[in-house]
Amino acid sequence: MSDIGGIIKKELRELLTLQSIIPIMVMALVFGSLGTSFSGMDQASQPPIVGLVDLDGGEYADIVTSTVLNNSDVIYQGISIEEGKQAVRDNNAGALLVIVDGFSSDITDNRSGQMEIYWYMKGTGIMETISLANVNVLMAEINTNLSRAIIADGSGLDANITLSPMVASDNTMVKDKEMDGVNPMVVSAVIDQQNIMMPILIMLVIVLIGGIVISSMGMEKENKTLETLLTLPISRTSIVAGKLIGAAVVGLIFGGIYMIGLGVYLQSFSASTSIDLSQYGLTLDALDYVVIGVMMFLTILSALAICMILGAFAKNYKSAQSLTLPVTLLAMIPMFVIMLSDFSNLSIEFQVLLFAIPFTHPMMAIENLMFDNWTLVIGGLAYNLAFSLATIYVAVRIFKSDVLLTGLGWTREKLRKRMRR
Amino acid sequence: MEVEDLFKNYGDRVAVGGLNIQVKEGEIFGLIGPNGAGKTTALRVISTLLQITSGRVRVFGLDVDSEPDEVRKIISYLPEDAGAYKNLTGRKYLDFMSSFFASGKERESMLKKGIEITDLADRIDSKVETYSKGMTRRLLIARAVMTSPRLAILDEPTSGLDVINAKEIRDLVKKMSSEGMSILLSSHNMFEVEFLCDRVALINEGVIIEKGTPDELKSKYGVKNIEEVFTEVVG
Ligand SMILES: Nc1ncnc2c1ncn2[C@@H]1O[C@H](COP(=O)(O)OP(=O)(O)O)[C@@H](O)[C@H]1O
Ligand SMILES: [Mg+2]
Repeated sequence: MSDIGGIIKKELRELLTLQSIIPIMVMALVFGSLGTSFSGMDQASQPPIVGLVDLDGGEYADIVTSTVLNNSDVIYQGISIEEGKQAVRDNNAGALLVIVDGFSSDITDNRSGQMEIYWYMKGTGIMETISLANVNVLMAEINTNLSRAIIADGSGLDANITLSPMVASDNTMVKDKEMDGVNPMVVSAVIDQQNIMMPILIMLVIVLIGGIVISSMGMEKENKTLETLLTLPISRTSIVAGKLIGAAVVGLIFGGIYMIGLGVYLQSFSASTSIDLSQYGLTLDALDYVVIGVMMFLTILSALAICMILGAFAKNYKSAQSLTLPVTLLAMIPMFVIMLSDFSNLSIEFQVLLFAIPFTHPMMAIENLMFDNWTLVIGGLAYNLAFSLATIYVAVRIFKSDVLLTGLGWTREKLRKRMRR
Repeated sequence: MEVEDLFKNYGDRVAVGGLNIQVKEGEIFGLIGPNGAGKTTALRVISTLLQITSGRVRVFGLDVDSEPDEVRKIISYLPEDAGAYKNLTGRKYLDFMSSFFASGKERESMLKKGIEITDLADRIDSKVETYSKGMTRRLLIARAVMTSPRLAILDEPTSGLDVINAKEIRDLVKKMSSEGMSILLSSHNMFEVEFLCDRVALINEGVIIEKGTPDELKSKYGVKNIEEVFTEVVG
């Protein structure tokens, strides 16, 4: 027994290192602070925020109005749809509810009363989709109250009208686009395809090729092939460029295969749904694909350069493995945030943090291109270009210095001594 | 090759503290000392791998610090315990290496010469990962000398090998030297350098404590072998 205890202790000591604990703590921290930044917009348990436009003014419209007033936070009440939409956007409300002219008389005449809902999707992450649900609860409440009134009136309407007197038609406002006759769930389902797939796949490509580069550096060090390589008559810049381009090509092949797959997938998806997103300008044209390609290339280059810098500090294959960690973390943070939420809905601190991570930009590129958010696209391109150039420069510098072969051991010692002074 | 007052520090630790050696054309020069003496550090500096802290190293008149690219064209460095790319065959490895030094016919004959030196017969087409330690070392030495460098720098070329493999390597080094190649090697095996090297330098804690031909040193201290010279000087 005591033997086993000793072995377990040794295993735990080896496995529970700072390197294994830090990523878990960082992830917990990210989720924790994400939670607080989401709590402002997750209103599932709170009354929905809506705008109300009454174009009817009849007795049944009054029931709708009172139900809405009692069960939600009304930020606009009036008779202008345009003003209502604006108020909904300005207040980040869930929807604008419009009681169509003739609502009350239709019900009295044994027809369904018409309402229009202008859903407002603040973003396209999972959390934003959830916040649509409580408006649906409100709509059910409206129908219930109308039914009660009809039964109390004893007006003898058809059973199906009595039970469900109101029908609502859906319109969706996403960011600054508007899609009439489209349910927001359909829109979010389509957008989710790339909104979830793109971050995951970019994360995978980065982790995969990053791992290849770092491991190859670790292997080269372990076998001393790097030392041999560095005494051959080739420039350091060529060595760095050769390694980068080799791995970048692999990365682009992965990325390219994925992009083709995504294209086919999105096409088949929009063909199978009743809505055609291209009708609303929500598709990618040739330029968009070029932008995504360039973005991917720059991102892959940045990832590889970071990995080469990290790999330079690897002593052997094993230590190289643990060095992939920072890159994995850097790829996972934007992946989760973008899957769950939307860049525009994050607090400014989070936006800065995400923008600074080069991997964020291709993850949200498709969405930004669909919604013509060129500021973020061009900003991302410029940032990734600058970032990749800077990291490549640092990588070349490291290849020209002793650090590549001696590691950081003595530098740390030197730093400690300097600090003591 | 000339090394003048070479110092190399790792941070505050002095690994090489004032090295002065000359290797004459066509001779085998041995740097001998115990583990941690600073042999690898000195050879890495001479091979352009590490920056010089102070002092000067020149290889056939070329300054290692200011003209490293030129120096790399005329030297070959065999790292201590080196390996080759495991997923390549011996032939592919030598071919890859030759591509940095020559092209066309010249490259072909370089490869042919390399393969001959390895003496690996048909195993040259097996993957490096299937090689024994002795076979890998022969491949690496062949790589180092097939380019006909003017100076070959070999860090512990025989360490970890059995007597037969070690002897083969020593014979190969002798042969290369007799063909005019200058060789600078390190070793902690005092017996082997005795009949391999034309001249030796004993290094301890980063400084040279004695140098000369093996015979000179033995007669100077009146002992039978270099190991005894070493214990005399250090002790
Ligand atoms: N990367 C390094 N960082 C710090 N000290 C080092 C490093 N490499 C070697 N040393 C130190 O420098 C001294 C000389 O080492 P080395 O040149 O490898 O000796 P040798 O090859 O003769 O065994 C030793 O004390 C060793 O600990
Ligand atoms: Mg050594």
